[in-house]
Amino acid sequence: MSQFIQQLINGLSIGSVFALIALGYTMVYGIIKLINFAHGDIYMVGAFVGYFCITRLASGFFGLILALVIAMAACAILGVIIEKVAYKPLRNASRITALITAMGVSYFLQYTMVYFVGPSKRVMPAPFENTVFKIGGITFNLSTVIIIAVTIFLMLLLQYVVKRTKMGKAMRAVSADPDAARLMGINVNQTISFTFAIGSALAGAAGVLIGIHYNSIEPLMGTIPGLKAFIAAVFGGIGIIPGAMFGGISIGVIQTFAAGYISSLWQDAVVYALLIFILVVKPSGLLGKNVKEKV
Amino acid sequence: MAMLEIKKLELNYGVIKALKGIDMEVNQGEIVTLIGANGAGKSSTLKAISGIEKISGGEILFNGEELSKMNAQDIVKVGVSQVPEGRRIFAGMSVLENLEMGAYLRKDAEEIKESLELVYKHFPILKDRSKQNAATLSGGEQQMLAMGRALMSKPKLLLLDEPSMGLAPILVKSIFSIISDIKEQGTTVLLVEQNARMALSIADRAYVMETGKIVLSGNGKELMDSEEIQKAYLGG
Repeated sequence: MSQFIQQLINGLSIGSVFALIALGYTMVYGIIKLINFAHGDIYMVGAFVGYFCITRLASGFFGLILALVIAMAACAILGVIIEKVAYKPLRNASRITALITAMGVSYFLQYTMVYFVGPSKRVMPAPFENTVFKIGGITFNLSTVIIIAVTIFLMLLLQYVVKRTKMGKAMRAVSADPDAARLMGINVNQTISFTFAIGSALAGAAGVLIGIHYNSIEPLMGTIPGLKAFIAAVFGGIGIIPGAMFGGISIGVIQTFAAGYISSLWQDAVVYALLIFILVVKPSGLLGKNVKEKV
Repeated sequence: MAMLEIKKLELNYGVIKALKGIDMEVNQGEIVTLIGANGAGKSSTLKAISGIEKISGGEILFNGEELSKMNAQDIVKVGVSQVPEGRRIFAGMSVLENLEMGAYLRKDAEEIKESLELVYKHFPILKDRSKQNAATLSGGEQQMLAMGRALMSKPKLLLLDEPSMGLAPILVKSIFSIISDIKEQGTTVLLVEQNARMALSIADRAYVMETGKIVLSGNGKELMDSEEIQKAYLGG
């Protein structure tokens, strides 16, 4: 039993990171119907920005918060620039064109980073003493607790922005019907930029969190988590924000259980098998609905 | 000077000429209707006015300002609001949120509240359903929501594209009586309709379109009685 709970907690923490990345995938898809395959690399950039903050600026809890804020801001700006330069000119092009461009942006980010920092792994110094708590037979790392707490905070903040603020409502309106949104006087370009900014900021936060959790970062670190977050978004129902949250957590927990109870060699295979399964059984995702339009 | 003046308006979709030089005007306080068969260019005319489609030639003047040089956002700001064909309400958002989107460019919370009360007065059902997901409304309620949403921008000119489409006759009647009320409240209306009989019955003036051109115009009553119109559009 205690092993089960232990695995569950590990799964929740890695799942939180997937969920944060998956949110960006799903919001961008919701608004411009693009699978932004460069999104995992924005997460990588976030990890590096966090690394430089913690090594150069400040350590401790203050250092962590500073690293999160700066990484989120930097990634938000990066996301907006990528959208303006790479995707906006292709707004009316076929979707496959934009998809291939996203892959190009992904490689561009990876190898630009390799050029500047080298391809090898770097050790991310822990910003604070990693305390271990023990309750019953279950161990909590401080970093696990921080990941889950920060994720919950960011998700609540996101819910507030999307549900309550004017910009968040505009975002949902543009997702539902861009032309009708224009008729309301909503600036569609600005709304799309805002969506990229928020999604990228969440990925940046995820990068910092994973850095302090695994203490290791590298320029190609975004590929696999990016792919898994994409699977999480599809699993929950792409374009649906609660779906990404739910999908991310589920994928994290499933992967951890696969590693714990079957073999760690199987953990990735199980996640990819799940993608195939969901695409066959319910392509719109677990929370997705087959929407019928009223005429 | 007319409130809305359209001169030699042309609009092309690629090589297809949808509008081939339209001239028309709408005066303050009128209901003007634009009738004609499917594909005559009625909706294209509205889309050109609201800035959703780029025009290929001619001018659109609204109180002397040239709309064709503005983007869709500024056109809403100067007081032109369109209810698109097929309602196009925001699914997944509540009825109230849909209405709030209509007031997107307005700042004064008090005045927005007044507009909301006015919309609820026109369409009491929307008040009862304000918390409900807009996608779950019936077709008639969605049409009311789309009209209410457009009114939330407090437009001087309301563009209505096929408000009767797909609605039961009894609903069509009530929608049209609300359109007359909206005019009474001081909003000018430009109405595109396939239901020519209904449209002519409430319109002050009408234009008849055929394949991208205006072929007839006159006041509502005159056109209703004209033999040509009776044959072509009123089924007899």
